[in-house]
Amino acid sequence: MAETLLKGSDITQRWGGLVAVNKVSIEIERGSVHAVIGTNGAGKSTLINILSGEFPPTEGKIELLGKEATHWSQAKRARQGLGRSYQRNTIFPDFSVFENCRLAAQAQVQRPWVWWNDAQKCKQSVESANRALELAGLSEVKERFAGLLSHGQKRQLEIAMCLAIQPEVLLLDEPLAGMGAEETDRMLKLLDNLKAGHAILLVEHDMDAVFRIADRITVMVNGSVIASDTPEQIRVNPDVQTAYLGGH
Amino acid sequence: MDKLFSGKFLFIGLVFTGLALYPLVASNYGLDLVAKIMIYAILAMSLELLVGSTGLICFGQAAFFGIGAYMAVMLSPESDSANLLWLLPAAILAAAAYALFVGALSLRTKGVYFIMVTLAFAQMAYYVVHDTKLGGGTDGIYLYFKPVLGSVIDLNDAKVFYFFTWVFLVWTFIFLAMLLRSHFGRVLAGIRINEQRMRASGFSTYPYKLAAFTTSGGIAGLAGFLFAVKDGFVNPEMMSWHLSGALLIMIILGGLGHLRGAIIGAFAFVFLQEFFKSSEIFGAFSKHWQLGLGFTIIACVALLPKGLVGLPEVLRKRLDGSRPRDAQVVLK
Repeated sequence: MAETLLKGSDITQRWGGLVAVNKVSIEIERGSVHAVIGTNGAGKSTLINILSGEFPPTEGKIELLGKEATHWSQAKRARQGLGRSYQRNTIFPDFSVFENCRLAAQAQVQRPWVWWNDAQKCKQSVESANRALELAGLSEVKERFAGLLSHGQKRQLEIAMCLAIQPEVLLLDEPLAGMGAEETDRMLKLLDNLKAGHAILLVEHDMDAVFRIADRITVMVNGSVIASDTPEQIRVNPDVQTAYLGGH
Repeated sequence: MDKLFSGKFLFIGLVFTGLALYPLVASNYGLDLVAKIMIYAILAMSLELLVGSTGLICFGQAAFFGIGAYMAVMLSPESDSANLLWLLPAAILAAAAYALFVGALSLRTKGVYFIMVTLAFAQMAYYVVHDTKLGGGTDGIYLYFKPVLGSVIDLNDAKVFYFFTWVFLVWTFIFLAMLLRSHFGRVLAGIRINEQRMRASGFSTYPYKLAAFTTSGGIAGLAGFLFAVKDGFVNPEMMSWHLSGALLIMIILGGLGHLRGAIIGAFAFVFLQEFFKSSEIFGAFSKHWQLGLGFTIIACVALLPKGLVGLPEVLRKRLDGSRPRDAQVVLK
């Protein structure tokens, strides 16, 4: 039995009359990639935002590493081991690639009152940043300004910044968006490497990639889960075929 | 990169050395003027911490300045000199306390709302001293006995006061420069660029912003204290929004995102003001000094988008023959 690191139960989000997420339950386990797929507006991003703590759900319960976390702030969830990446790049373009990761890593060792110490000499954050850059395959460009990276490298940096906070759970919002075939391959290899130590939730539109890497797939339509199963079962599920895969 | 870095410190070292040597040649008028500019420079740096470093556009900095100034006068005994050792910290703490209060509420808003809320709180403070007897009303109050520290420091002496201000200018610069490269300062820089990302990394951004706001208010209070002691006088105009606006212009003129920009901006602003006010140069037109000042500032901002701090870079590129505009596009 794999270890469940993040668990959402009966999560519902209403915006006025619109039900964006409807009683969704989801479990994310260490050592596996759990993909959430669905058409635009299916509620995938809302779900990831709720799980990461951008805003509280209208109803439902969230457990992180076995602790009740529904009312934890986003910052607290991150400190407890939940890293998330964004669909749009949220890197700091004026900082070096290294400093992007070092600053993120600093969240684990916050000492704001030590105003006389140079942050660049903070050993723990420097080490975490270097480790994250190594994992994400960005060590060679770490001195470069983040804004000057290629699109694929920026997406990698986005992941590296998540890794810098040494998370156990990763929520990845379309990490492959806008990537070429080669960049996609590299990213999928990276996710495969990360799988062993992490529980990964992946929201992604690239179906080939999802079926290559996911251990479990949850399909959302109009805010509700219509199926949640292994990729093989999802592929042959008639409901999914009519609702989403278009009979392929 | 290293060369540029040492160049920056060489420049600021020269400025501070020049200011330290200035009393050797200064007239009484010059000494008073430069002391005033140094106080504005401290105040501008306090605002730079919010605007340039954290991305919080505060339009109420004059209130903290004014509170520091009023505290210096109101807490002094009427017929004796107060002791610097407690009067100065008291003025700073009072300003920081008001900043803590204003920040706690205003930091719940963002963007243009934040600008307006900070302005509103500053106007509140302004009208309290303007319309009540508390601070002497519109006439303000005099400080007849300037604070002293035993027989060591007597701020009644203009030169002693000048050096006293100089020490705080240098201290403020070093303090803020170190603060900005520390853990705290890096988080502020992160908040300026992308606050959402900072939260997602595990930083509770609100306490960080509040700490920056309070620190900034305290430093503004220090500047206010110095200003009150310099003139031996406070009035409500020290808290008016005109000053808050002028401070924003100073740091934009000098170059946002650079501490030395705040110092350069304060000097440039006051010198320009004195220049356009001079009736020897402009005759009767000097009455309309604000017009000349305004056009000059518009021209500066248009020609130097990075402020006066960016001037050497622009000149170097001109001299190299390449066009700076193109270079900027490539960088982006």
